[in-house]
Amino acid sequence: MIGLLRRDLALAIRAGGGFGLSLAFFLIFTTLVPFGIGPDTTVLSDIAPGILWLGALLACLLSLDRIFQLDWEDGTLDLIATSPVPLEGLASMKALAHWITTGLPLVAAAPALGLLLNLPGPAYPWLIASLALGTPALSAIGTFGAALTVGIKRGGLLLSLLVLPLYIPTLLFGALCVSRAATGQDATTPLVMLAGITAGVLAGLPFAAAAALRVNLR
Amino acid sequence: MPDLGSYATEVLSAYAGTLILLAAIVVASVWKARQVRARLDEAETRRGRV
Amino acid sequence: MASLWEYANPRKFMDTSAWLLPWATGIAALCLVTGLVWGFFFTPDDFRQGSTVKIIFIHVPAAIMAINAWLMMLVASLIWVIRRHHVSALAAKAAAPVGMVFTMIALFTGAVWGQPMWGTWWEWDPRLTSFLILFLFYLGYMALWEAIDNPDSAADLTSVLCLVGSVFAVISRYALLFWNQGLHQGTTVSNAGVGVEEGVAPTFLYPLMISLTGFAFLFLALVLYRTRTEIRARRLKALIAQERMG
Repeated sequence: MIGLLRRDLALAIRAGGGFGLSLAFFLIFTTLVPFGIGPDTTVLSDIAPGILWLGALLACLLSLDRIFQLDWEDGTLDLIATSPVPLEGLASMKALAHWITTGLPLVAAAPALGLLLNLPGPAYPWLIASLALGTPALSAIGTFGAALTVGIKRGGLLLSLLVLPLYIPTLLFGALCVSRAATGQDATTPLVMLAGITAGVLAGLPFAAAAALRVNLR
Repeated sequence: MPDLGSYATEVLSAYAGTLILLAAIVVASVWKARQVRARLDEAETRRGRV
Repeated sequence: MASLWEYANPRKFMDTSAWLLPWATGIAALCLVTGLVWGFFFTPDDFRQGSTVKIIFIHVPAAIMAINAWLMMLVASLIWVIRRHHVSALAAKAAAPVGMVFTMIALFTGAVWGQPMWGTWWEWDPRLTSFLILFLFYLGYMALWEAIDNPDSAADLTSVLCLVGSVFAVISRYALLFWNQGLHQGTTVSNAGVGVEEGVAPTFLYPLMISLTGFAFLFLALVLYRTRTEIRARRLKALIAQERMG
């Protein structure tokens, strides 16, 4: 399984692998916001928690259809399915690879983008913590969605339609955590809720994703 | 028509909208049923009824 | 390729639904007309809400059925996953558009009722937001059915989606309560029997119950009718596939 993980990471990092595109999207999205909403820094600092979370979420979303696509197209997925590695393990490793190449960079970049949006000082540690705890859920949910739609031609839009409602609890608690911290309130409860959701998702969704893969590989 | 007072537009549009939506799903269901029925009968005939 | 038609289950369903359908339709029509006419013409205005209280006779039943439709789809999906009854899978597929329409009615009538009562067409309170999310779930479910060619795979994948979606729906419900304490009314219908002051008064409760029964039988009738169509459509698909091969 580690071999699978290493392979996905290598594929993502080499040229054409898409690594860094999510980061670029995060930056572009954050840059676009003031053009849409106006440069008033008070307004921007009010909405910064939500915008940063939305940007991270959408950046994750955009790279989801790559999770299984290439392996599906060249038959590697069939090969892996016949190997002793359980599909649940494959799904987990795919989600982990996605998180390492997409989620983790977003967590690192978020504080810098917070500066662009005038995020209040106290919120920064909570921004990092909430994204660090929340993005694994985004990857796991996304992997499930990708497994559902892997056999569908141009299924990217459908993938978004299916996955975005599932992102709501994570987004809700993540953004709430940061915005409470920004206004000086206690932000631990939303963070704990967020962690709980991530834990549940990481435990359960690989099984659902594996079930979907099994159906699609029939 | 009962005296709906100042809320006449709201109440009437709520009822009208509902009836339209219900009619829409019923009509759509009937239309699809007729279409499938017709094409199935065609296909059965082509196959030759046993 | 074995014909779906030869399975006992769909045949039994077609036979049973053939005589059940007219009854369900009849009861639905009767209850809907009775409930709505009674509610619209023969109930008084509410002290606080004026004539808008009449919207309760469509809003509440639609909202209740919108959720029940999803629950039925969940049960049907489980039956498909466990027992592989094709009729069950097709019934879930058939129910989705009906549930979606009920959700639309709930959202629309809710907005129209809310505007004069709360001064706004929309509020992000937990109950309204839950219905919006439910609407999105219906859309996604229907879209997935349409996108997949193989009927059994489509049944499997949409079942998994329905199960996972249901878990997230429950999580979301509690998340939303945490996120924004609502201004929507709490449960008043169940309190009516106890005679609590906050409950729905009997003048409104009886036509409401009749209307709800009407909506429930309408759902039943539509699902029976649409499932029959789905079964025929499967048969049609099988025949066309045979033609192409033969």
